[in-house]
Amino acid sequence: MNWEVIIPLIVFLVIIFFIGIWSSRKGAQVEEGGFLKDYFLGGRELGGFVLAMTMVATYGSASSFLGGPGTAYTMGFGWVLLAMTQVVTGYFVLMILGKKFAIMARKYDALTLVDFLKARYNSAPVVILSAAAIIIFLFSAMAAQWIGGARLVESLTGMSYNTALFIFAVSVLVYVTIGGFRAVAVTDAVQGGVMVVGTLVLLVGVIVAGGGVPNIMGDLINENPNLVTPFGPDGGLSKAYVSSFWILVGVGVVGLPQIAVRSMSYKNSRSMHRALIIGTVVTGIIMLNMHLIGVFARPILPGIDVGDKVIPLISMEVLPAWLAGIVLAAPMAAIMSTVDSLLILVSSTVVKDVYLNYIKPDASIKAIKRASFGVTAVLGVIVYILALNPPDLLIFLNLFAFGGLEAAFIWPIVLGLYWRHANKFGAIASMVVGIGSYIAIHYYNEANGNLFGVHTVTVPVVLSLIAFIVFSLLMKQKAYDFEGIGKGEVA
Amino acid sequence: MTKKETTDWRYKVANREALIGLALALANFIWWFGFAYGMGSRPVEEYKYIMGLPDWFFISCVLGFLLITAAVIIVVKLFFVEVPFEDEEEMQ
Repeated sequence: MNWEVIIPLIVFLVIIFFIGIWSSRKGAQVEEGGFLKDYFLGGRELGGFVLAMTMVATYGSASSFLGGPGTAYTMGFGWVLLAMTQVVTGYFVLMILGKKFAIMARKYDALTLVDFLKARYNSAPVVILSAAAIIIFLFSAMAAQWIGGARLVESLTGMSYNTALFIFAVSVLVYVTIGGFRAVAVTDAVQGGVMVVGTLVLLVGVIVAGGGVPNIMGDLINENPNLVTPFGPDGGLSKAYVSSFWILVGVGVVGLPQIAVRSMSYKNSRSMHRALIIGTVVTGIIMLNMHLIGVFARPILPGIDVGDKVIPLISMEVLPAWLAGIVLAAPMAAIMSTVDSLLILVSSTVVKDVYLNYIKPDASIKAIKRASFGVTAVLGVIVYILALNPPDLLIFLNLFAFGGLEAAFIWPIVLGLYWRHANKFGAIASMVVGIGSYIAIHYYNEANGNLFGVHTVTVPVVLSLIAFIVFSLLMKQKAYDFEGIGKGEVA
Repeated sequence: MTKKETTDWRYKVANREALIGLALALANFIWWFGFAYGMGSRPVEEYKYIMGLPDWFFISCVLGFLLITAAVIIVVKLFFVEVPFEDEEEMQ
């Protein structure tokens, strides 16, 4: 056991735990009727800093902190170029959903993304499809992150996988269950801070260990000049492929439910304006640093063949053990902040969109409270049990979680906000076509190489747009009256 | 019913800001793509280095990031309007 690394990590976990509990105390003071809004949306009162951080932290997951840098290690600067497409998420999501989403969600009294879709399209199939997509895909995504978190703890500390998973699960589960969305957002803010500081420290450490940036460049060119081009070590990273990540990890993020729901959680225009700026800066710094670290690590520590291990290994190589422990809290933070957001989102979907819509619409406040805490805790426990011995189905579903949800939700959200003629037929067609074609093209690409040379997500996003427009116009309904939204339509 | 008379002024603000977001993303993409592949396609021997980084990468990603940050700040400060989110009707 490597105690010098473990102690900072444990301290980090304990701090997060207490911040989560502390922020939940505010929730105890809300009046009875506001419970759901408070538990699942933090009472719609996030300020600019917390909003920006929770968006970045929710979005930045194991892939930005372990997988991404690991690939950059293999692919060189072409992959850093690709990763930088994510900077756009810092401003794009909030600008596009922006004020219109905030205003409409308040008019509807919508607390979840499904609430919004329900009120906008007034259709049971839309509700059922979207709730099912969120529960199935995000549940699997959550389990995958959970597994990643446990593996990280395992590799850093030498604990067994099961012990690591238990520690990880308990620390997240308790504060999310007790504190709800506010605890998630506040801990995300702290975790986001840890990510920024951690990546900066590690970048400096790597540059120093490599003898300065020019020296590292020289080493890379000596090894393979292609590493400093945009095209990858064998010239295989095409313009079209890299550019298609503008959809997957750039503008398409608008369609991710865990991100979209944050766009209805902020207090006022000023919070949103601040979050736009902070979010852009923080996303850019994190993505640039992490992926540069991946590339710079190559000459210092050659021959790592498991991508996910690059960051842990390089941290322990170039930093003193205690500092490596602090820096490695950053990927921990990234994973925790994603997991906690997914947990509260899936829980809100089950409680608000399924239980209150279809099972017990007239539940008393007390029953709602019990259901909210209960569902969150039970979901967490199920994920924990599944992660102990992950079934293949879970791994399979997780493959589609990110791109599939984008293809399903982007147009029903965006066109629902801005196009008067968007209707339920378009929305249903768009979701079915989006998910269906995503799965089909995934298999096509696996067998035959990428269709049109672009990432799997590209074609389904285009197809679901076409399906949306065609079906909305074909099954024409009265144009939607954005002015005539009744107060509290979904409540 | 004439649309103009009834349109909630906040929606106009929201629509305009969404278009600004689109324009920023488009400009961001053009800058990123143009410099990365415009300059990055030269043979490696011709690369220059800025702060140690390959010139195409520095301009496309580092400078590009700084510029888009500046653009976001300017756009938010100059063009984004603070609107109330709560409905006036709610006060009834």
